[in-house]
Amino acid sequence: MIWVNALVQGLLLGGIYALAASGLALVFGVMRIINMAHGDIIVVAAFLAQVLAVGLGVSPFVVAVPVVLIVAAAGYWLQRLLVNRALGHDPLPALIMTFGLSIILQNVLLSLFSADSRRLDAGPLADLSLAVMPGVAVGVLPLAMFGVAVLALVGLQWVFFHTAAGRAFRASADDAEIARVMGLDTNHVYALVTSIAFGLAALSGIFMGVYGSFDPFIGPSRLIFAFEVIVIGGMGSIYGALMGGILLGVSQALGAQINPQFQQLAGHLVFLAVIVLHPQGVLARSKA
Amino acid sequence: MTEPRLSVSGLSSFYGGFQALFDVSFSIAPGAVLALIGANGAGKTTLLKTLAGVLRPPARSIHHNGACLASRTPAETTRAGVAVVPEGRRLFASLSVEENLLIGAQVKRPGPWTLEAVYALFPALVQRRHHLGPQLSGGQQQMVAIGRALMANPDLLLLDELSLGLAPVVIEEIYRAFRQIVGPGVSAILVEQDINRALSVSDQFLCLRAGKVVLSGDSRTADQAAIIDAYFGVHA
Repeated sequence: MIWVNALVQGLLLGGIYALAASGLALVFGVMRIINMAHGDIIVVAAFLAQVLAVGLGVSPFVVAVPVVLIVAAAGYWLQRLLVNRALGHDPLPALIMTFGLSIILQNVLLSLFSADSRRLDAGPLADLSLAVMPGVAVGVLPLAMFGVAVLALVGLQWVFFHTAAGRAFRASADDAEIARVMGLDTNHVYALVTSIAFGLAALSGIFMGVYGSFDPFIGPSRLIFAFEVIVIGGMGSIYGALMGGILLGVSQALGAQINPQFQQLAGHLVFLAVIVLHPQGVLARSKA
Repeated sequence: MTEPRLSVSGLSSFYGGFQALFDVSFSIAPGAVLALIGANGAGKTTLLKTLAGVLRPPARSIHHNGACLASRTPAETTRAGVAVVPEGRRLFASLSVEENLLIGAQVKRPGPWTLEAVYALFPALVQRRHHLGPQLSGGQQQMVAIGRALMANPDLLLLDELSLGLAPVVIEEIYRAFRQIVGPGVSAILVEQDINRALSVSDQFLCLRAGKVVLSGDSRTADQAAIIDAYFGVHA
């Protein structure tokens, strides 16, 4: 039973990992750049949620919508005003730019909030659980967060494959020059993609802040998880990210069950195993 | 006199430090077809890319319906009515046939071309509407590339190497459609390797060599020998 429990906890955590990684996968899939500040965006959203929730005296879930919108808007303008200027045949300028942004964000957070680690307080909701079978209890909150994460990913997939915006995303990813000739404003398209990626990252930041602690320098470790998720799942695929997130979450939970020190190690080992055995990811890019 | 659909005067174009076009001038009347002929590297594709706004044209050298194209982005050029069928077709590989066509309609220019009209022109695409580009035959891909450009309801079509890599029977089919497309509302500039075909479907021709216009004239009265001399640079 203890193993089933670990499996379920890992599955639920995996949904949040997938959400955290989906934005990274989306940006890479469309623009072929890696946003090195992705993890820091996740952390910024958690701090922002805490400031708003404490300031207004409400639950962090109440402020989730404004936090997601604020971070998404910031993503749009960051892409439009800065990162678009660094795009080109060479992926290095954008990589270095976002790496710099990552350092700036960490230090701004440090000067505003000190290095203390903190958590988002979910209130009485955190203690509710459902006994699904004898010996296996599932927290209502993790279940709800998992549900929202999966819904967000399904929604993203739908936008990507069934809307005019998603069509423009895919066309720009396929051939940006011809997309521009066909009348698409790729600067706007890229900015929209980044704003969606940031919005998803912000949501995952709030969920992760409820799950565990965060501090101004935890961003790069969030980024590592997100990387592992999309490598396990296959670069640039949304359902791949979901698969990868769940696989990483389950490996971590099972590893922790063997020995609490194995939690992170187990995840990294699975990641390395995938790189060695199936480098294109467990779910190769669905449409390519 | 009516205003030309497109007028190009004294156009020079550069790839970095390399000059690809020297002082090119011509004009096209509404509804007319101009065939662009010349050997590989003569500057045909550079000229089309400059007209499409991919390569930034110098100030005041290109006017489309009387408006200067110089400061426009490729998207603005398309919105103004200049659509491209690029060399090698370059369909969006992860988009279905229908999605490729809908990308062409993104500029939302009003006009006769809709999904239904494109499918009526190319019935072969109806069955294939949900297939991805790479799953189609070369001829069908070319039909999608033409349809995608038409969906922008252009008044000037730029077509680069329509027949490249296609079987003769397919080329016939593509050109049958081409004749239906051009008319009072739609002018075209056509790059074509087959000189006889280029002359038979066009009103005027322009022969480029090493970035310069070496011969131009009326396609119906063109002198084959003079064209071949101009094409290869042999002085008779």
